Amino acid sequence: MADLNPSGAAGEHRLDVAALRRDFPLLEREVHGRRIVYLDSAASSQRPRSVLAAMDAYYETTHANVHRGVYAIAEEADRLYEDARLTVGRFIGAPHPEREVIFTKNATEALNLVAYSWGRKNLAEGDAVVLTEMEHHANLVPWLMLAEERNLDLRYLRVDEDFRLDLADLDRLLDGARLVSCTVMSNVLGTIPPFADIASAAHAAGAIVVADAAQSVPHHAADVTALGCDFLAFSGHKMLGPTGIGVLWGHEELLDAMPPFLGGGGMIRDVRLDGFVPAELPAKFEAGTPPIAEAIGLGEAVRYIERLGVDAVERHQIHLTAFAQERLAEKLGDDLRILGPRGVEGRGGVLSIAYKDIHPHDLAQVLDQAGVCIRAGHHCAKPLMRRLGVTATARASLYLYNDEADIDALSAALADAGSLFG
Amino acid sequence: MPGLEDLYREIILDHYRSPRNRGELPVPPAHRVDGYNPLCGDEVVVYIQLDGDTISDIRIGGQGCSISQSSASLMSQAVKGRSISEARGLVRTFRQMMSLHEARIADSGAPGGAGAGEPNGGGAGAGEPNGGGAGAGEPNGGGGSDDDQDYGGEVDLDALGELAALQGVVKFPVRIKCATLSWNALTQALDEMLSS
Ligand SMILES: Cc1ncc(COP(=O)(O)O)c(C=O)c1O
Repeated sequence: MADLNPSGAAGEHRLDVAALRRDFPLLEREVHGRRIVYLDSAASSQRPRSVLAAMDAYYETTHANVHRGVYAIAEEADRLYEDARLTVGRFIGAPHPEREVIFTKNATEALNLVAYSWGRKNLAEGDAVVLTEMEHHANLVPWLMLAEERNLDLRYLRVDEDFRLDLADLDRLLDGARLVSCTVMSNVLGTIPPFADIASAAHAAGAIVVADAAQSVPHHAADVTALGCDFLAFSGHKMLGPTGIGVLWGHEELLDAMPPFLGGGGMIRDVRLDGFVPAELPAKFEAGTPPIAEAIGLGEAVRYIERLGVDAVERHQIHLTAFAQERLAEKLGDDLRILGPRGVEGRGGVLSIAYKDIHPHDLAQVLDQAGVCIRAGHHCAKPLMRRLGVTATARASLYLYNDEADIDALSAALADAGSLFG
Repeated sequence: MPGLEDLYREIILDHYRSPRNRGELPVPPAHRVDGYNPLCGDEVVVYIQLDGDTISDIRIGGQGCSISQSSASLMSQAVKGRSISEARGLVRTFRQMMSLHEARIADSGAPGGAGAGEPNGGGAGAGEPNGGGAGAGEPNGGGGSDDDQDYGGEVDLDALGELAALQGVVKFPVRIKCATLSWNALTQALDEMLSS
């Protein structure tokens, strides 16, 4: 995935982090009298002023419901909403963005949509679904729910000692599988599995492929064709956009053949007292008044990332991930373990940290006092926690507005925790 | 602004590093309850052995953060050898301390000074190991309701002894669940034992 290409040699066109940080009002505040060091973007990112401004401008000048109005501002609202769809679709390389990009509430709803609609139409008792041990609950529970209802055969790719997916079993697990759903980047380990390889093996075995791209789309050039997935799910709030908006992309033919998910206004062509005819894509899957301002905000977030340059964002991530690993090892030595692949090959900027047996909650508490925001807990991946033999990890996650000083603050605060509990 | 020293008092760190009554008891005759904090995945296992009306032994298992583990350790020390009604009284007082608003705790001064003015005649005999007023005159709480005692909003910190060291947790609201985890398990264990 680490395609360090095209607009020039690596190192060229680096992000000017000091300048872009000024676009993020939240990063100007202090906590406990200290500069805020926000290292929890894997849970939710912050958002730049341009996103907030786009949403404000919409509410202040253009707000009306979409799809039904004939008056000027309703038409404008409609156009802004559909523009956002095209912007987001272009960002992930969707072949037919105007029909294939479905706005949802978040990645979770997008994955539930696939399980509920595609799954209930296509999966019957005994059918095999392949998942992995490193999935977020959002890509586990919908399948567990369906498995309970349909008595499915759920199979799991294991996580190996290097925190990567063990693909030795892949062919056996894929034998007879109808669907494979896999993360593009682990929200706990940072692991980036060889998704395209898994997808092509899955297709060869006759399965369709779902990509949980909640962690990858914010950082990496995403291209649904290169990934080789049939569905792709992600959330706006992890990629500089607002909460309340997520995306499901799916192949047109698959989406066309699926029954609706939620029923209501907007998703029908006709309704009689004894039945209904669903609307065309994408409206078929967007029942009710959609999150219009949020879609517009997400569109603006994509434009913000594109202005910085997707490749520059990715290079920054790789650079900072490498820097963090080196700096933490140098300052904290063997007392510090990172639960995730070493180096930057096949991994992103999520660092699950274990330090001196100090419980993650205590680490996060001490770090908070230094203004450093990290997340402690199971990160909605309890099966993975069990596999790792821990109940929780302390997770620092990096994004485009983080810099070396943030890593130094993290390192210093960890050292403080070490002396308090040492 | 609450400081870390409010949270991580020396007593707490000591109980975290050297937890008391750690281990298991054979079940039966002991009773076991598992407590989970779904937020963080922490777990505490409480084993209780009753001898008549007395908690004759208690052991703590599981894993978790310094607050949940030290709270369990302090609790085990505080209830071991106590009667059931005394233990229930302690649970009530502890819970009350955990639900107090920050400002109230600040007003009540350092542990040992049972609150200026003490409107609720903390008659609970300061210093007396068994003071607690907990369920006094109520030989066997008999699973009585949790709020059958009115503290008038003042926590009897004296009755809590070393447990008062946990009062700083109130200033860190997300950690309150860590502190109460083992206490909820204790309550559940007592309820289950008395109803069986
Ligand atoms: C890998 C992964 N999948 C899915 C989700 C769910 O995202 P959301 O809560 O926005 O629906 C997350 C968010 O934490 C995630 O990290």
